[in-house]
Amino acid sequence: MTGTDMLLEIDGLTKAYPGVVANDAVSFQVRRGEVHALLGENGAGKSTLVKMIYGLVRPDAGTMRLADAAHEPSEPRAARAAGVAMVFQHFSLFEALSVAENVALGMESPPPMRTLSARIAEVSEAYGLPLDPDRLVGDLSAGERQRVEIVRCLLQDPKLLIMDEPTSVLTPQEVEILFHTLRKLAAEGTSILYISHKLEEIRVLCDKATILRHGKVVASCDPREKSARQMAEMMVGASFLAPARAKGAKGAPVLEVAGLSLTSANPFGTSLKEVSFSVAAGEVLGIGGVAGNGQDELLAALSGEALVPAGQVSLKGQAMGRLGPVARRRAGLCAAPEERLGHAAAPDMSLTENAALTGITRQRLARNGFIDWSRARGFAEQIIAGFDVRTPGPENAARALSGGNLQKFVIGREVLQKPAALIVNQPTWGVDAAAAAAIRQALLDLAAGGAAVVVISQDLDELLEISDRFAVLNEGRLSAPRPAEGLTMEEIGLMMGGAHGMHEAHMHAV
Amino acid sequence: MIRLEKRPVPSTRWMIATPFLAVALTMVAGGLMFAALGKDPVEAIRTIFWDPLFNPQFASYSRPQLLVKAGPLILIAIGLSLGFRAGIWNIGAEGQYIVGAICGAAVGLAFYPAEVWYIFPLMVIAGGLGGWAWAMIPAILKVRFHTNEILVSLLLVYVAQNLLSAAALGWLRNPEGGGFPGSRNLSQYPAAANPELIAGTGMHWGVAAAFIAVIAAYILLNRHVTGYHIKLAGQAPRAARFAGVSTGRLVVFCLGVSGALAGLAGLFEVAGPAGQISIDFASGYGFTAIIVAFLGRLHPVGILLAGLLMALTYIGGELSQFMLGVPAAAIQAFQGMLLFFLLGVDVLTNYRIRFGKREVA
Repeated sequence: MTGTDMLLEIDGLTKAYPGVVANDAVSFQVRRGEVHALLGENGAGKSTLVKMIYGLVRPDAGTMRLADAAHEPSEPRAARAAGVAMVFQHFSLFEALSVAENVALGMESPPPMRTLSARIAEVSEAYGLPLDPDRLVGDLSAGERQRVEIVRCLLQDPKLLIMDEPTSVLTPQEVEILFHTLRKLAAEGTSILYISHKLEEIRVLCDKATILRHGKVVASCDPREKSARQMAEMMVGASFLAPARAKGAKGAPVLEVAGLSLTSANPFGTSLKEVSFSVAAGEVLGIGGVAGNGQDELLAALSGEALVPAGQVSLKGQAMGRLGPVARRRAGLCAAPEERLGHAAAPDMSLTENAALTGITRQRLARNGFIDWSRARGFAEQIIAGFDVRTPGPENAARALSGGNLQKFVIGREVLQKPAALIVNQPTWGVDAAAAAAIRQALLDLAAGGAAVVVISQDLDELLEISDRFAVLNEGRLSAPRPAEGLTMEEIGLMMGGAHGMHEAHMHAV
Repeated sequence: MIRLEKRPVPSTRWMIATPFLAVALTMVAGGLMFAALGKDPVEAIRTIFWDPLFNPQFASYSRPQLLVKAGPLILIAIGLSLGFRAGIWNIGAEGQYIVGAICGAAVGLAFYPAEVWYIFPLMVIAGGLGGWAWAMIPAILKVRFHTNEILVSLLLVYVAQNLLSAAALGWLRNPEGGGFPGSRNLSQYPAAANPELIAGTGMHWGVAAAFIAVIAAYILLNRHVTGYHIKLAGQAPRAARFAGVSTGRLVVFCLGVSGALAGLAGLFEVAGPAGQISIDFASGYGFTAIIVAFLGRLHPVGILLAGLLMALTYIGGELSQFMLGVPAAAIQAFQGMLLFFLLGVDVLTNYRIRFGKREVA
């Protein structure tokens, strides 16, 4: 192991926050041109680790070396100057600006717009990620937006590219293209630090994996030699069960959606066009599709946040379209939106108050308009206990919880209300493997108890694991639901609209 | 290097401590300002904060004034705080205050000179309704046509001021007033008067109403679904919509309550301390109440204390003008400092100060 072979050397890196050691003497190395996976549950310390490498957080102890020089970035700018680039999980793009303008905004001293546009076109072509620099970001698909972020990084000519959960918004074909690009980068000598929960992807893409648990490095392996299950167990530190589904007879239709059309309230949103499906008691309908194809609008139309003509949504034959969220909940139609903070939960309110957010109707938490806070607290405690929400207690603010824990709380809150039909959007987004398995199991159990469950998700493995039938939202239209059993990734990808016009460029780049 | 670090949870201790810290800082900075004006800072501060309550010579006059001034401020601020918490900005309480006073006074004067018990209760109802109706204009325009309630409610203040002049000069003018503008003096018309309930305290029905409003708002915000919805709408509007809060109904409720309370404050003022509808009846309570609402953290108990404090600086300010010749502008600057420091140290509730190197999460 010579110094010249290693690009990044992390030695004994430690970072403690009040009450928690986020990283405890973490050491690992990334070779030049290596695609290195960073694996771990939520809260295992992956984010803190990459934030230290990217200069957002200063370590308490330990050293980092990048390309044989001490790497102590005091801010992201210094890290970028040293050759570290990062693509975040959440895009930081302005929808109303063009691609080139967005790229320019992220640069310290942007060149003239025309030069920059030419550079963007050049770099994006070279890596098989074609982008028109003059298009508005608001008109781009999620995959194309990610390309803007990647191209923005590539323009810096990085030595190390950090990617945080990059495939959560892509179709299988788009993932293929991304992997092609990453391999090309790696072949040119750029190292890639790849954070993902999708173990199968890591097995396909990465040369090496470092596994973190509770802030410590617990293992490293060659992901191509391990099964996804083995890696998952290393992450969790215990074996866990894959969701078990009871094969029961399906009952009568519970939730029926007929010809649902809804114009999006957001100018860059997607309008729903003639969406029709029906979900029976005991059935799970999985709805896949790339983000931004009408998922939020579909959830709003079903939860009651958006009103539609009465007959377009009905529950057990009763028209629901004109009813608001409270009336729908009372009738047994519950929902859990994708955005945990600010939509499914109020960040600054306690878990007790957040339990009352939707629980107030079905759990009878109010009498004569006065909220019974002790009952609400009881309901919150019931959710915390039943769904293994890790928090000191229900008086804690929602924003103090980690994403996975809050997600368990949000799903638990709806499931415990025993709805007749439950719609969830991205139930396990950013949630660690064990928690995700628990959430999926809860959804399956709910269905087994006779509820109709609709799962909107971008995680195709998840959908195939729990759905009885599968459909795809593409540009606001829903494909005809098909039995999930026996569907291949190829077929699903085509249902999702292929690679959104990216395929040709990919072939060209090859 | 000094830097701010966001607290994971807002600090309750600081939430309580910051108003006191702000008052202390105001005293220091205000003292410096008075010293720069050539006044003895200690004496000036004492004249503002101490003499109105405890000076043997003035206290007997100024102590009751404390409740008289604080009553309407608290009553209006309580109403405003509900809307402010929900992100509904009623800036026109002054107008609702004026219209409430006009309506209430008009009902009282309509009965003149009858002496029956129900006149005053009817005036109270009319005052509340007047303020409510005036606030319904921005409310309905907002719900129906998405107009901005800040602008509409503010502009209606000027309309109300013209109504006030018209009433004082025209249809409510005292027919026995020798042609002078202004209505009959309601405080000298027993059936319509809002007298001091306990002699020497300044306590009148308006003050009682303010105390009731404080308690009612406290219960509403902490126990009632509507109060929960108000907080939810202010903190997380999308979550509120998901929970099923109707924005339109909330707008109507919050503007309605704040308008009604401002109207009541106007009625109690016109029937009591002011006594009559006159051109200069509007005294800025509706605007000052906005400051009181924020000074009190939009919390009912906080507003109670903030209203008393604000009233004290008014009375003490007048006293120091009169006793020490401190210019009126300096008093206003002093009150401005109070708000400035309060909002300034407010940051400590959500952030903590760290000395040393940067290491933000």
